[in-house]
Amino acid sequence: MTSLVKAPPRVPRAPFGRRGLGGTLLRLVGRRLLAAVPVLAAVTFGVFALSAASPFDPVKQYLGSAALTASQETLDQVARNLGVDEPFPRQWWNWLTSALTGDLGESSIFRQPVADVIAERIGWTALLCATGLAAAIAVAVVLGVAAARRPGGPLDRSLTSLAYALEAAPSFWVGLLAIWFFALQLGVLPAGGLSEPGSDTITPGGLLRHLVLPAGVLAISQMPWFLLYVRQGVTEALTEDPVRGARARGLRERTVLFGHALRSGLLPVLTLIGTRVPEVITGALLIETIFSWPGMAAATTEAATAADFPLLAAVTVLAAAAVLAGNLLSDVLYCLADPRVNPEEL
Amino acid sequence: MRSWRGGARTLAAAVLVAGLAACSAPDAESGQDLSTLTVGLATEPDTLSPLLGYGKDGNSKIFDGLLQRNQKLELEPALATALPEVSQDGLTYTYTLRQGVKFSDGTPFTAADVVFTYETILDEKTSNGSRDEIAAVESVTAEGDHTVVFRLKYPYAPFAERTVLPIASQKAAAGQDVDTGAYNTSPVGTGPYVLESWRKGEKMVLKANPGYWGGAPEVKTFTAVFIPDDDVRATRLRAGELDGAVLPPSLARTFEKADGTRVMRAESVDYRSVTLPTGNPVTGDKAVRQALNLAVDRELMVESILRGSGRPAYGPIPENSPWFAPETKVAHDDAKAAQILDAAGWKAGDGGVREKDGRRASFDLWYPSGDKLRQDHALAYASEAKGIGVEVKVQAGTWEVIEPLLGEDAVLAGGGAGFDPDFDLYSTLHSGLIGNGWNNMGHYTDPGVDEALDAGRESGDEAERREAYTTVQQRFADNPGYTYLTHIGHDYVVSDAYEGLTTQLEPHDHGMGGPWWNLQDWTLPR
Repeated sequence: MTSLVKAPPRVPRAPFGRRGLGGTLLRLVGRRLLAAVPVLAAVTFGVFALSAASPFDPVKQYLGSAALTASQETLDQVARNLGVDEPFPRQWWNWLTSALTGDLGESSIFRQPVADVIAERIGWTALLCATGLAAAIAVAVVLGVAAARRPGGPLDRSLTSLAYALEAAPSFWVGLLAIWFFALQLGVLPAGGLSEPGSDTITPGGLLRHLVLPAGVLAISQMPWFLLYVRQGVTEALTEDPVRGARARGLRERTVLFGHALRSGLLPVLTLIGTRVPEVITGALLIETIFSWPGMAAATTEAATAADFPLLAAVTVLAAAAVLAGNLLSDVLYCLADPRVNPEEL
Repeated sequence: MRSWRGGARTLAAAVLVAGLAACSAPDAESGQDLSTLTVGLATEPDTLSPLLGYGKDGNSKIFDGLLQRNQKLELEPALATALPEVSQDGLTYTYTLRQGVKFSDGTPFTAADVVFTYETILDEKTSNGSRDEIAAVESVTAEGDHTVVFRLKYPYAPFAERTVLPIASQKAAAGQDVDTGAYNTSPVGTGPYVLESWRKGEKMVLKANPGYWGGAPEVKTFTAVFIPDDDVRATRLRAGELDGAVLPPSLARTFEKADGTRVMRAESVDYRSVTLPTGNPVTGDKAVRQALNLAVDRELMVESILRGSGRPAYGPIPENSPWFAPETKVAHDDAKAAQILDAAGWKAGDGGVREKDGRRASFDLWYPSGDKLRQDHALAYASEAKGIGVEVKVQAGTWEVIEPLLGEDAVLAGGGAGFDPDFDLYSTLHSGLIGNGWNNMGHYTDPGVDEALDAGRESGDEAERREAYTTVQQRFADNPGYTYLTHIGHDYVVSDAYEGLTTQLEPHDHGMGGPWWNLQDWTLPR
């Protein structure tokens, strides 16, 4: 309680005290990292339990068609070699204790250390996801703003319908269509892989050409959702007081749109980028399979169906970490974009 | 300065590459470089280590076995100089090894590598699911550097067929965890090709081994691109990114009239059959089995389900095999089938389903969900059975769901190892294997068949074996506990710039089959 009498002239309070915005953001990151530890432990346990409860037989998945002719003795021996005859809580505990010492274990299904399986693939998935997401957001912002300028106008109506149509189109189907059109009919873009089929050297230019179709299809599958949110956010912002004030002050329409309306209209979109991360990842996995993109797709599905626990745990931790990081990124962006938000409260 | 130098290096590299390309052999008409072959495959190997089963049936490109198979599937020497000498009792196999052969890392190939390969596979710590194929081996010993002697626990006539198994390098593979070690992804072999790179999920590039003992291959680069989706594979082939691909019959047909490609159809021992479990009173009835065997129109199944790419199957041994017993071939005959059922007491009942002693002639038939080909076979089978008054209820489930039901319910099975009649007949018909893994899925039981199977397995005499396997097929035809439906063909599309290509009779598992099975022997047009 401050005394009213002795109150000094009111000055705007620095919103985040002595630490400033940078310091509070760092504290936010730190808090989130701490909170992530039990979340990741619980998620891996849950995945181990789910996989153990699934009807897939890890030995049969591991051996493939050789399982059909193997004797029962061999099947049992392989189960012992793979360690899948142990109860899953113990397998989880074994994994957890060795993972804490930095040893991620060995992937039975890929006959390789888990660290190698991940290291070979994760870069390509990250590249695909980042490019696809960036392209989706860039296109969605431009089109969303364009649609929001005249709500109900012909451009708005056609963009909105297009967005709904694309949202409904399976990315698998869009991928096939893109290959058919760009690789077969026009012959301008390669239909898969990282380099020309006959060569195994990756050049920056070649990689870019090979990235266009998969990243484009990923962008198309993620774009409609962003577009609809940007359109809605900007449409609402255009009717708010600051925008009317800015217009009243005689500011140029472009400044009003991009300086005022877009900034406040994007806020809801920023918060939701994080929640969209799982869909971007699963979308990317599907697209990888179509385009022979050497990323995490096969590692993820095989780890799950073969109950390859060490690999499954690593993949789960990565996916969960990506989701948590996406949420954190949203919050940080939100704090940067909206000075009213206090990171201490997030 | 630095960037200039980098640029000069790139330029020099480009000139070098252009020079090399000019040296290789472009096809006169299309200008296509034939010394580079790029094919699209549906599946990717899990490992390249023969110790875990890679290339166990030969054709592995990176490795050689002691023996190899020619186009007619006859055994020929490879790393051995001749077919093995077999002792009188059939228990000892002696191989003399080729001298002067080197692994791709330069180490000489010796008998120690053969011993290492077989002993590692037989070690129970090695998680190799095909170990049982060489379970007959009691010991393998090197006598000097160039002789290997196998001693068997019991006489096993088809043993030589198993020695197409690829030989790993002891130096490169020893001293690491077989299940997860580096040898799985960095193989060292004696074969015609050497692994250049493998980006999992995308492709694998093999380069010709210039020091190959059989002569350096003319096709210098072989790239296998992994494209699981059939439509995408076909589209990329059409777009000219691939020189060849494996395709299902319906898609392969679309290339028949296309310019620049040729459709090649490999015959196979890859069968689809229906198990008729002995434990089920309906499917275990000999009359029902015989009637079902007569009721299916196999020719029609080949035409409608396989679009002509395949053959009717009367048993695991395909019609075009030298081991096939022609008298076991049956023609589609509903009238005779009905007659057999009538005579056995299966009388017409409610809803067109026959009955005997109050039991309806009805059973469940499972197929693994998602397998379109087996689904089509199952539905066709059910419709044929309905025609003679037997109700077949088609169900889908995963293998995990199906496994506990094997003794009671019918399953649309598939398989076919080929090569030796023992491989398929023993594992599907011998009653000693009932309930042993996925062997003898229908729990088939016939002491006469067991006896003949044992005789065929043990006898080293060609005539005796022929008699034994004829007996097996005849007895099976009399009590057909599986209805064999089709042998499905494997279709490939390949650039017609390559001439004189052939295919082998292919097993169920056709990883490295296809027109490129003998890639190392291709001669390119001058």
